[in-house]
Amino acid sequence: FAGLSDISISQDIPVEGEITIPMRSRIREFDSSTLNESVQNTIMRDLKAVGKKFMHVLYPRKSNTLLRDWDLWGPLVLCVTLALMLQRGSADSENDGGPQFAEVFVIIWFGAVTITLNSKLLGGNISFFQSLCVLGYCILPLTVALLVCRLVLLAKPGPINFIVRLFVVIMMFAWSIVASTAFLADSQPPNRKALAVYPVFLFYFVISWMILTFTP
Amino acid sequence: MATTATPAGGSRNGTGPEWGGFEENIQMWQAGKRQASRAFSLYANIDILRPYFDVEPAQVRSRLLESMIPIKMVNFPQKIAGELYGPLMLVFTLVAILLHGMKTSDTIIREGTLMGTAIGTCFGYWLGVSSFIYFLAYLCNAQITMLQMLALLGYGLFGHCIVLLITYNIHLHALFYLFWLLVGGLSTLRMVAVLVSRTVGPTQRLLLCGTLAALHMLFLLYLHFAYHKVVEGILDTLEGPNIPPMQRVPRDIPAILPAVRLPATVLNTTVKAVEVTLRSH
Repeated sequence: FAGLSDISISQDIPVEGEITIPMRSRIREFDSSTLNESVQNTIMRDLKAVGKKFMHVLYPRKSNTLLRDWDLWGPLVLCVTLALMLQRGSADSENDGGPQFAEVFVIIWFGAVTITLNSKLLGGNISFFQSLCVLGYCILPLTVALLVCRLVLLAKPGPINFIVRLFVVIMMFAWSIVASTAFLADSQPPNRKALAVYPVFLFYFVISWMILTFTP
Repeated sequence: MATTATPAGGSRNGTGPEWGGFEENIQMWQAGKRQASRAFSLYANIDILRPYFDVEPAQVRSRLLESMIPIKMVNFPQKIAGELYGPLMLVFTLVAILLHGMKTSDTIIREGTLMGTAIGTCFGYWLGVSSFIYFLAYLCNAQITMLQMLALLGYGLFGHCIVLLITYNIHLHALFYLFWLLVGGLSTLRMVAVLVSRTVGPTQRLLLCGTLAALHMLFLLYLHFAYHKVVEGILDTLEGPNIPPMQRVPRDIPAILPAVRLPATVLNTTVKAVEVTLRSH
């Protein structure tokens, strides 16, 4: 400690200043600069944020982007796409057992709400909308599976057709679970991860089942 | 960089006459947020349910296995774990299995949807029968709380899940009846033993346990037959005069077998062939 004895502060260095609180940066968002910008800027910024999150789902890495800046645009778009494509034609009223738009919509949103409540009750430290955001974005692989299934169904029906669709749906189902676990598991106490992941597994299983058994 | 709240009124008058100053916006936002969080914490206090979800995976696993093992201790009230995570997950699993069964048997629901019917049936059974048995327990002076009844019945659905998972994929009468008696019977016996240990008096015990056993076993029977295409064969046998009972009536098989039923059909045929071979010996 010998070298510390001759530390001195010269008089002309100011030892005063302002302390910045990180919260201040949030108030900056209410700057009129984001209100005055053109609509195109706003839309492009939101689209870029949504696109970045899609990339994070497709290549799941442990990162906080999905959690930190949550938004529900992506889940809404995915949910509406899924619900529209899973709709049967309204011409045949005999087969009303197929999922209709409202059914798929309600299943996805109430399923996500239930899983969120469950993970909060188990002691997780993730906020409500963050969890909804993650679960919604991780439906992306299953939407891709539905598109592929629709294309495959254009071909000749048969057992090979079914096996291809089954394989695609299983792969995308596993991808969804891995992606959502990568983001959600960190927010749970370490010994209860399995308890929080099981309802996620059931949720994506039901959606995968709806996709696999869909016949146009 | 760190500025105090810049006097916004001066330099930002150009944004529009109706837009207040910078600080006023912040205050409005904070006041609204405070009100919303107060309302939220008043009405949506999920912390009431938090103690019922305080479980470990090992506990859930052991409780699932124990729900199939009846314990013959009737002189002392048996312990019931008062948690809601396991029962809730089992009800959701039953919903998923029911959906699978309805889809593979092409059940047609006239007024309503498959998903709505599955959820309504499973949750209705769990909540409705629990409430009814709790009411009977109140009449019979049994020592059981509503939470314990919900947990007991919820874990009793584990047997139902296993039976339905197997028999929705292997369509064989004898197999279903065997599982119904064995697995369904074991889980019913477990619940009955717990209730007997908490009730005093033979009449009360009979009433309570008889009702629960009947409802539980009949529910499994209902789930298998109501959402399964076997019901068509049975209706035919009841109406046909010369057909002996409990024999499958061949139905029209469509020319093009839907690919979804192909693996199930293959499994069926194999099992039927094995059964015929065994019967002929």
